[in-house]
Amino acid sequence: MSKSHLELTNVQMAFDTKEGPFIALENIDLKIRKGEFVSLIGHSGCGKSTVLNIVAGLLQATRGGCVLDGHEVNTPGPERAVVFQNHSLMPWLTVYENVELAVQQVFRKSMSKAERKEWILHNLKLVNMDHALDKRPGEISGGMAQRVGIARALAMKPSVLLMDEPFGALDALTRAHLQDSLMKIQQDLNSTVIMITHDVDEAVLLSDRIVMMTNGPAATIGEELYIELPRPRNRVTLADHPEYVRYRQAVLSFLYEKQRFPGKGEDEQEEPTAEAEAPAQGDNLPDVGNESEESPVRRIA
Amino acid sequence: MTTLSHTDSLSQGQRWLRALTDKLSGVNLAETGRQLLLPAIGIILFLGFWHIAAPQVQTSLGAFPGPAQVLEQTGRLWQEHDNQRDRAAQFVTMQEERNERILAENPDAEVKIRDYPGAPTFIDQIFTSLGTVLAGFVLATIIAVPLGIIIGLNRHFSAAVNPLIQIFKPVSPLAWLPLVTMVVSATYVSDDPMFEKSFLTSMITVTLCSLWPTLINTSVGVSAVNPDLLNVSKVLRLSFWTHVRKVVLPSSVPMIFTGLRVSLGIAWMVLIAAEMLAQSPGLGKFVWDEFQNGGSESLSRIMVAVLAIGFIGFLLDRIMLLIQKKVAWNE
Repeated sequence: MSKSHLELTNVQMAFDTKEGPFIALENIDLKIRKGEFVSLIGHSGCGKSTVLNIVAGLLQATRGGCVLDGHEVNTPGPERAVVFQNHSLMPWLTVYENVELAVQQVFRKSMSKAERKEWILHNLKLVNMDHALDKRPGEISGGMAQRVGIARALAMKPSVLLMDEPFGALDALTRAHLQDSLMKIQQDLNSTVIMITHDVDEAVLLSDRIVMMTNGPAATIGEELYIELPRPRNRVTLADHPEYVRYRQAVLSFLYEKQRFPGKGEDEQEEPTAEAEAPAQGDNLPDVGNESEESPVRRIA
Repeated sequence: MTTLSHTDSLSQGQRWLRALTDKLSGVNLAETGRQLLLPAIGIILFLGFWHIAAPQVQTSLGAFPGPAQVLEQTGRLWQEHDNQRDRAAQFVTMQEERNERILAENPDAEVKIRDYPGAPTFIDQIFTSLGTVLAGFVLATIIAVPLGIIIGLNRHFSAAVNPLIQIFKPVSPLAWLPLVTMVVSATYVSDDPMFEKSFLTSMITVTLCSLWPTLINTSVGVSAVNPDLLNVSKVLRLSFWTHVRKVVLPSSVPMIFTGLRVSLGIAWMVLIAAEMLAQSPGLGKFVWDEFQNGGSESLSRIMVAVLAIGFIGFLLDRIMLLIQKKVAWNE
């Protein structure tokens, strides 16, 4: 394994609440190499989004830190593009203009006007959204908007692509379709990706490594699982591949045997409650509240 | 195949006709009928009640005017305006002729061109009022939108000015007016004034009273930008100005426009009161003069003004709504 590209060292995250500090994360150590696809999985409210926001620079770790290519991360920046759960496109801009806003900002100096235009169209083509350039986000479906969100992130040429449950709000068919697109794009561009997910199948299918987090408070990395399935991967042929099944079972056993949902019986897991730290996390976690829309339990049943 | 193409060409040719008849046919007609019927019933019932109730109210200037008298006065006011305009045109031609004569006799003579000195009519007053209200409203917008953006962006600044806004917001225009009058008289001193003092007084009063809704709505809109979009802006490292121009402002346009509409409504309401008290030309002065006149027709003429004020206020709101639909992305 080559020298690490992105490194989180001994990260602790505490939020101030009325009852004193709330420790959300403790001792997070994570090394990611270039081109690796890492999924973060864990129960709702365990602080996955917090980890992502620290890497994005939207939150500052109270102890420890994040280093990308030898530079410490303490502010947000386009080299760590984020795909948010709810696409977060500017509703008053068209599909094209949304990507343009990012490209304009990042490549204002390094690209000519024509090059920028071509680059915008190239990225929209990559996600198959070049047919709706002049549509506003309100006029296209959620899946399409999420594609545009991905195109916008890719258009920044990020060294790390951060995805916060990118497909969580989509229906199963659209999700499968977008997963396949993402898999192909990631393979073509060899981009480093950190993705938060609730979906065990999604994690196994897409990732090189699954990072499983323990329950909060003071959540940390419980287990890591390297997925050594050959690429390109095909969801249909993988479905009863013995290795695939074994990986999936490993994740499920972590989530439902070793880390049972806090304060719940096994048959009522993954209820969208127990967002203990949610109020303390403030505005930086757009996904709290929706986190448990897709229940892995239901998906394997 | 032939029948198919035949019917096709037929429908092509008659499509416009069908579209027309569709509009006039059963369902649509019933729909438009329903849409017009109830408001019409409302207006007719109101007119009937007014007609019956008005003569019961006796005042020192005679009975309260009913719809018929008001209609009559509307015609009369229009007639006066027409006559006045004819006289003005006559005045201008006479003046031109006279000046030409003077110049023919002595090419070096200085000719004077005077404005027609007649009193402004009801219609003139309406336009004066519209001019004043727009001036006051535009000034209020120029102040309130940028200030609202600053308040919305900066929590500390917001906390500092919030009590002031809460205190000044409910102040009646009548309370401001004497102060504004005195300040304008004291500060606006010029031999060749561009504006009348009374115009400035009513305009500033309108501004002071109407800027609050825009200010508050702008600041709320700015501070309520979707946090996800703020994160996008942070990830993109947008500069402060780009952030305001590309994210904050467009995002709060719907809220700003809601504020502007309320502000314009208040501006129009305040203006009438300001004109009455400041004796600046306009509808308010018209109402006040008629009241002071105390003629037998005064009440009817005031009632005409009341209806005109209401109707113009309604039109102003509609115009704002149209602009909002053009500008705001969520409409």
